[in-house]
Amino acid sequence: MPTHGSYYVPERSVWPILGAVGLFGLGYGSINLLHSHIVGPLVFISGAVLIALTMFGWFHAVIKESRAGLYDAQMDRSFRWGMFWFIFSEIMFFGVFFGALFYARELSVPWLGGAGSGELTHLLIWPDFKAAWPLLANPDPQAFVAPQKTLYTWGIPAMNTLILLSSGVTITLAHWALKRNERNKLIIFLGLTIVLGLVFLSCQAYEYYLAHYKYGLNIATGIYGSTFFMLTGFHAAHVIIGAIMLFIIWLRCVKGHFTPEHHFGFEASAWYWHFVDAIWLLLFTFVYWL
Amino acid sequence: MSEIAEHTGTRKKGFFAWIARWLFTTNHKEIGTLYLVLSGIMLLVGGSMAMLIRAELFIPGLQLVQPDFFNQMTTMHGLIMVFGVVMPAFVGLANWMIPMMIGAPDMALPRLNNWSFWILPFAFTILSSTLFLEGPAPNFGWTMYAPLSTTFGPASTDYLIFSVHLMGISSIMGAINVIATILNLRAPGMKMMRLPIFVWSWLITAFLLIAVMPVLAGAVTMMLMDRHFGTSFFNAAGGGDPLLFQHIFWFFGHPEVYIMILPAFGIISEILPTFSRKPIFGYKFMVYAIACIAFLSFIVWAHHMFVSGIPMAAELFFMYATMLIAVPTGVKVFNWVSTMFKGSLTFETPMLFAIAFVILFTIGGFTGLMLAIVPADYQYHDTYFVVGHFHYVLVPGALFSIFAAIYYWLPKWTGRMYNERLGKWHFWLSAISVNITFFPMHFLGLTGMPRRIPDYALQFTDFNMIASIGAFIFGLTQLLFLYNVVRTMFSRRTDNLPDNVWEGAHGLEWTLPTPAPAHTFALPPEVK
Repeated sequence: MPTHGSYYVPERSVWPILGAVGLFGLGYGSINLLHSHIVGPLVFISGAVLIALTMFGWFHAVIKESRAGLYDAQMDRSFRWGMFWFIFSEIMFFGVFFGALFYARELSVPWLGGAGSGELTHLLIWPDFKAAWPLLANPDPQAFVAPQKTLYTWGIPAMNTLILLSSGVTITLAHWALKRNERNKLIIFLGLTIVLGLVFLSCQAYEYYLAHYKYGLNIATGIYGSTFFMLTGFHAAHVIIGAIMLFIIWLRCVKGHFTPEHHFGFEASAWYWHFVDAIWLLLFTFVYWL
Repeated sequence: MSEIAEHTGTRKKGFFAWIARWLFTTNHKEIGTLYLVLSGIMLLVGGSMAMLIRAELFIPGLQLVQPDFFNQMTTMHGLIMVFGVVMPAFVGLANWMIPMMIGAPDMALPRLNNWSFWILPFAFTILSSTLFLEGPAPNFGWTMYAPLSTTFGPASTDYLIFSVHLMGISSIMGAINVIATILNLRAPGMKMMRLPIFVWSWLITAFLLIAVMPVLAGAVTMMLMDRHFGTSFFNAAGGGDPLLFQHIFWFFGHPEVYIMILPAFGIISEILPTFSRKPIFGYKFMVYAIACIAFLSFIVWAHHMFVSGIPMAAELFFMYATMLIAVPTGVKVFNWVSTMFKGSLTFETPMLFAIAFVILFTIGGFTGLMLAIVPADYQYHDTYFVVGHFHYVLVPGALFSIFAAIYYWLPKWTGRMYNERLGKWHFWLSAISVNITFFPMHFLGLTGMPRRIPDYALQFTDFNMIASIGAFIFGLTQLLFLYNVVRTMFSRRTDNLPDNVWEGAHGLEWTLPTPAPAHTFALPPEVK
């Protein structure tokens, strides 16, 4: 078998179409949930179950093919490009919300406060409004009740930064262990990474609790709350996804999958974890700190 | 090899086997066909809406539809033509042609390819269903500006939002596949600077898709949050700004319009050399020009917002940046003309459409330059001049290139030649009627007729009548195309066409047997 003719083209597969139906269920279910329609929860849950089933079945097939040795180095590169560009699309997605944050901080809030060309806007619409960040008084206080307080940077957020950064170290240690075929170390460090991720999520949950119940800060308290919760919320969602990915990889490690040479599943999850880590650094800098 | 051999062999017969084949397929040609069929169906749907719009505008006053329904028609026409016709058609062509052109066995990630496609019919089901639900369908234009889509958006806006999310997932996954295929599955010797320009154009288009579809997803997500969860991204009362929506939308929107034209550039750059029997003039510069246009597309978005109230310094920057695009685009147009210069030209249908593309797209490009001038845009903004402009780049631009591509490659796909006489009829009727339809719109706009209205002042009647008559001719003409393609696809005759269907064609796709076998290159060819 010549090396270049060995690119594996899979058989017909039932999983993509199931995944498409599942996505339809998630989307259509969400719409009906929002409209309080009776079919909402049912369609949504069916969609979610289908998606879970699809992922299980699809990944199962890929893992089986991989372990059967059907994938050559070229296939490995396809997967790498795929994951790389997927993460790039995620970066662009976070970019939009960072863009909204910068726009609010640098342009719309100052304009509403009368800066630059916003002078007339300020005088004619909300003359009492004073531009500030964090925004503790909204332009129209009746429409959007402002938060009393925002989170203290050097408390939980700083600790979370440390936690997530250490998880970046532990996953690298796990990767080194995998490359040296030290399976016990691999399982311990990978497990530790997941635990750190979960600790991070718990701290984040506690912080949300504080924000909601102690500081009056929620998503509907004006642009500060909107950007804060959308950014940290999407980040937390990505940490959850990353942790699930790592957990699956951990299970596979325990089962004895992966070799020091072939472990793209591990690397893809590690890339994703580093990506989530990097986004957090930006979040910490621009949402919590500056 | 055994895996490949296995499923090229016997096919089970019967209805369920047929359904299963299309639902579960991992073959780039079958998926390409699915994309093209979807695009054709959506062209009929979006085209019918255009016919209804032109019928209403035939004379002043309200005849056929109420203003709210008219707004729904313009909105849905735009969304369907952009996301349901032009984009899927180009993805379909990419699926069919890229593996054949670079010497690959298939797309890099065939199952993902199937997923990318099958998300789309569901997305358009969700979107189209709004027409049949209680309450109006989305009625704020395809640009979905806040607060029309947030505070004042009908309930159906949520359908639009989730439908856009699905389209985004589909486009991103499709684009990832295209990039992985081009970067990783080229035959030995197929260096980057030897890639056919169609492949180059798609590599860059795919990059644009991955960069901006998430931005659109973010925009509609913020819309959703503003509508249901009390955020104030687009609401100044909470410190946000409706203008922010326009910024985000057009940061997506401007690269998006190049997503709809770069593959067209690629197609034209394949067809002109074939029928001129000369290699493309200035290959390298054609590639650099595409890359340059793609880069500029990220820094020109606010030229859509000159009258929205942005600082003067920003308007000037965006004006000059926009005018810069004329440079690489000019390079392309001159190179196409130089390709034809002193060539042995023949005028088969694909070539006719390609030449019409060069001329008519250039008109659309020039009106774009006019619109880029800030003080002039104060006058033209939101008039029929804009409608004329973007229909020139999208209909005799993108759509003509798709027609050209289908005529050009259909013999390779089916093994049968389309009816050349019918093709010529299709071309001439289309080329004449497209100008009758859209050229008067420039005059209407210059004299001040606003876009997106169902009724107009009496002095606009003549040009509107002419435009409507042109539109009906154009619409009916497309049935000729449909008939020609369907007849070629399902005919039982065999034409015994040579591998190289067109005598002047070069490229790996013409080294394959005609019709192209189910799997392209099991063993990659050596490119010398």
